[in-house]
Amino acid sequence: MKLNSNLAVSDSGFLFNPTNGDSFSMNPVATEIIMLLKAGKSVEQVKTTLLDKYDVDKAMLERDMDEFIFELRDFKLVNE
Amino acid sequence: MGNKKKIRVAVTGLNAIDSPGPGVAVIRGIRDCKELDVEIIGLSYESLEPGIYMEDIADRTYQIPYPSAGSEALNNRLQYIHDKEEIDVLIPNFDAELPNFIRIAGKLKAMGINTFLPTAEQFEAREKINLFKFCNKHNMIAPRDRVLYKPNELAGVTTQFGYPIVVKGKFYEATVCHTLEQATKAFHKYESKWGLPIIVQEFISGTEINVAALGDGTGKTVSAVPMRKLFITDKGKAWAGVTLDDPSLVELAGQFIAATKWRGGFELEIMRSNDGKNYIMEINPRFPAWIYLTVGAGQNQPAALVKMALGQKIEPYKDYAVGKIFLRYSWDMIMDIDRFQQFSALGETAANLAFSYV
Repeated sequence: MKLNSNLAVSDSGFLFNPTNGDSFSMNPVATEIIMLLKAGKSVEQVKTTLLDKYDVDKAMLERDMDEFIFELRDFKLVNE
Repeated sequence: MGNKKKIRVAVTGLNAIDSPGPGVAVIRGIRDCKELDVEIIGLSYESLEPGIYMEDIADRTYQIPYPSAGSEALNNRLQYIHDKEEIDVLIPNFDAELPNFIRIAGKLKAMGINTFLPTAEQFEAREKINLFKFCNKHNMIAPRDRVLYKPNELAGVTTQFGYPIVVKGKFYEATVCHTLEQATKAFHKYESKWGLPIIVQEFISGTEINVAALGDGTGKTVSAVPMRKLFITDKGKAWAGVTLDDPSLVELAGQFIAATKWRGGFELEIMRSNDGKNYIMEINPRFPAWIYLTVGAGQNQPAALVKMALGQKIEPYKDYAVGKIFLRYSWDMIMDIDRFQQFSALGETAANLAFSYV
């Protein structure tokens, strides 16, 4: 799974998809995940980074990440 | 520039209202082009078209007869205006006026007025009543449609398409209808407003995207800029929009231009369905009202059209800025009644008519 290469993301958490004009406001964690994915990290690498950084239960993080990735797919922000 | 005569460009569509004509945006584009030293001659149908009075839009404006008066009346009026103004280029901007302008394009050329218009055949090929057939022939997708002349034909169409259906006027306007009653009401409304036939289209849900494009008349694309509507008025007009990065939309415009050898500006109205198909809903045979966004994005289509009308060679644009937004706004302009009465009484702003309260 890869993020669309042409997505525009700002540090403030604004995401613009220039292919269809959709735009999104993201919370800080979502912004962080998107930035990591945009930098070329895999989903597994992102999970490891977040587990190291935050005090979070692994199962909960897995579940939240899966849900987030599902939303990215739903919003057509990733290509498989 | 010295004493060199400015290029005089006549432009229609000065009705910068809530459902605007493209004239003011076209003029802004032309004026933005540093290579063109222009004077703008406005052509209007009514005395309260804002573009007549706006600052830095039209230098002078003349009233012209409604399309229903026919091409002869238009030709005579333009001859009068041309005698006074020596127009170099004329850009019509309304669907309903284009057939008359296309009809007299040869006469205008003989007078010395250049246009850059499609042929009558090109114009007719993309008309609403021919759209589905046209798209089928050229491997483009359009919603299924039926051309109706009687309201009692509606029931059969709804059985075939299911609800909702889109009922469309011959030239303008459309209503999404969920019942036969709504469809019948819309049929009568558009029949009385725009005449017959009425077009009924199957409803496609998705994202509304438009492409403003310019063809050179030989099948080549000079410019194509796609825009997603971000805010849509109750009349279905884009009040805000953003340029998109989607080569498939630019290719679609190119496909249309190659198929028709389209000469001039046009707009593709597209509905991108949820499964990603680009349905062509309409092809408007002139620049859209949001054409100034193409200027802001780096492809000045109005200026390019003026240059081509003047016989200049134009290099096709390649790039445009993605993520450029236009946001329309309303503005109350204050003026003395003199200006309004002058135009109302004489049909032109150039004349000077004294006015006083007695």
